[in-house]
Amino acid sequence: MTERKRRKRKENLLGYLVISPWLIGLLIFTFLPMMYSLYLSFTNFDGISTAKWIGLDNYKRMFQDEKFYQSLKVTFTYVALLVPLRLAFALLVAMLLCSKHKGIGIYRSVFYLPSLLGGSVAIAIMWGQLFGADGAINSIIRMLGGDVTISWIGNTKTALLVLVILGVWQFGASMLIFIAGLKQVPVTYYEAATLDGASGFQKFRCITLPMLSPVIFFNLIMQIINAFKAFNESYIITKGGPLDKTLFYALYIYKQSFEYFNMGYGSALAWVLLLIIAVFAIFIFKSSDNWVYYETKGD
Amino acid sequence: MKRKAGSSVCFHFFAGILALIMLYPLLWMFSSSLKPTEQIFVDAANLIPKEIHLENYIKGWKGMGGISFGTFFKNSFVVALFATIGSVASSSIVAYGFSRIKFKYKNFWFAVMMGTMMLPEQILIVPQYLMFKTMRWTNTFLPLIVPFFCAMPFFVFLNMQFLRGLPIELDEAAMIDGCGKLGIYTSILLPLTKSAIVTSVIFSFYWRWQDFLAPLIFLSEPRKYTFSVAIKMFTDPTVQSDWGAMFAMAVLSLIPVCLIFLFFQKYLVEGVAVSGLKC
Repeated sequence: MTERKRRKRKENLLGYLVISPWLIGLLIFTFLPMMYSLYLSFTNFDGISTAKWIGLDNYKRMFQDEKFYQSLKVTFTYVALLVPLRLAFALLVAMLLCSKHKGIGIYRSVFYLPSLLGGSVAIAIMWGQLFGADGAINSIIRMLGGDVTISWIGNTKTALLVLVILGVWQFGASMLIFIAGLKQVPVTYYEAATLDGASGFQKFRCITLPMLSPVIFFNLIMQIINAFKAFNESYIITKGGPLDKTLFYALYIYKQSFEYFNMGYGSALAWVLLLIIAVFAIFIFKSSDNWVYYETKGD
Repeated sequence: MKRKAGSSVCFHFFAGILALIMLYPLLWMFSSSLKPTEQIFVDAANLIPKEIHLENYIKGWKGMGGISFGTFFKNSFVVALFATIGSVASSSIVAYGFSRIKFKYKNFWFAVMMGTMMLPEQILIVPQYLMFKTMRWTNTFLPLIVPFFCAMPFFVFLNMQFLRGLPIELDEAAMIDGCGKLGIYTSILLPLTKSAIVTSVIFSFYWRWQDFLAPLIFLSEPRKYTFSVAIKMFTDPTVQSDWGAMFAMAVLSLIPVCLIFLFFQKYLVEGVAVSGLKC
């Protein structure tokens, strides 16, 4: 064996040794559980007795399961409302904060704080009370002369909206990413556009958006995936109610698996979620050629 | 000059209103925690309590079923601490492997790792629960700690972003001086990625602190509950619905995260920006 080959083999071995913590974890905590879950999805299993093979029955069952349809509808509505709203808001505020004024840093921190705290149980519990019948929101509306007695989270029309608002309130992390992205757009582009007499909106559409598109793309994918996985909000604030109007898909999986102990059916539902997320991710990746603009870099 | 002053007033007006809206829920929670329970929902919008009551904190801290929030606080702290040590150390090493060592199928494994970031945890939670039950790990902190010793893709990615900024000539120079591959990592690159490490520590600690689904499923005995599971159980109407105490404990649960925010803001902001930008 030549010296070079031996060195290459040694480096190969070292590489695998160094990434081995992750590889082992992948095998034990991700790959094996996934295979087990796939197997369970073809069985009837209550978590205690032996799993009984029932073929595709769990998947067939979904077609007749009204709650399955309901949870899909709720989740898709949630994603469709939350993601565009949050990203648009984040971009708008990011652009506002890119101007040169005193105190920008303080505003940035204040706007980011909710997104840092927002995922916690404490905030979810508080949010439910804030929008409750006697919560602060109603109290403010009454102070302004309105007459409201509804509980926003108990009302079938507004419950999901309350959860969307909670999500939009947490726009801070995306805002930070957009600010960083905006700072990388060369000022000369704007200066040139100004000389050519471009309006503010034209500059936004022809410079800001294309230059930011890689950042928007990355954010879009991560946000859609996270919104599909959302669980805490509906579990803590509404428990899926009223009348399943906020029954998130992830909550339905949890209920089937750990409340009704249909772990086989729960696993099948989880695989369908994975499929949906994968389809969305692939779709966005494919479409990205048309709208994501990468500057050809010299380096 | 006049126009500039006008635009500045306009900016502070809008930004100020927005800041108020953003902070209002948090301020409301804090002020409610200082009001007597029967007052909270009477004049709810009022942010300034008539008089300050600290009883909520004392009452709330007693907890439920004879277990005080001190126990839950300790549980959360232990879990977050060890999970953070594990995930930060392992992720840093794995990141080194992915960015500085050439091995076969590296790109494949990297793609797999980024793919697992998109994996919904719902698909893993049932089989993991069954697995941990057979191993007799349920109702211990092990399922909340051990998996994190196997590197977290997000932190690996974060570390790689920082490593990418360090020139490869650094490694070569060290090699010429007789430094081995692992020596390069421990004595050259590791100290230089300090800010990536700090960022990972901060994010990890606060994610593990706020984690809810995993402790909810893997822990069954109230004595083992983490803070987040405990406050959720605290709101259960069957236990009690003392909202004053509830808000007080909710405020306490956010204090560690707020402290992190105050002291390490720079790292948080940088971490979010770096991980979200260079993809």
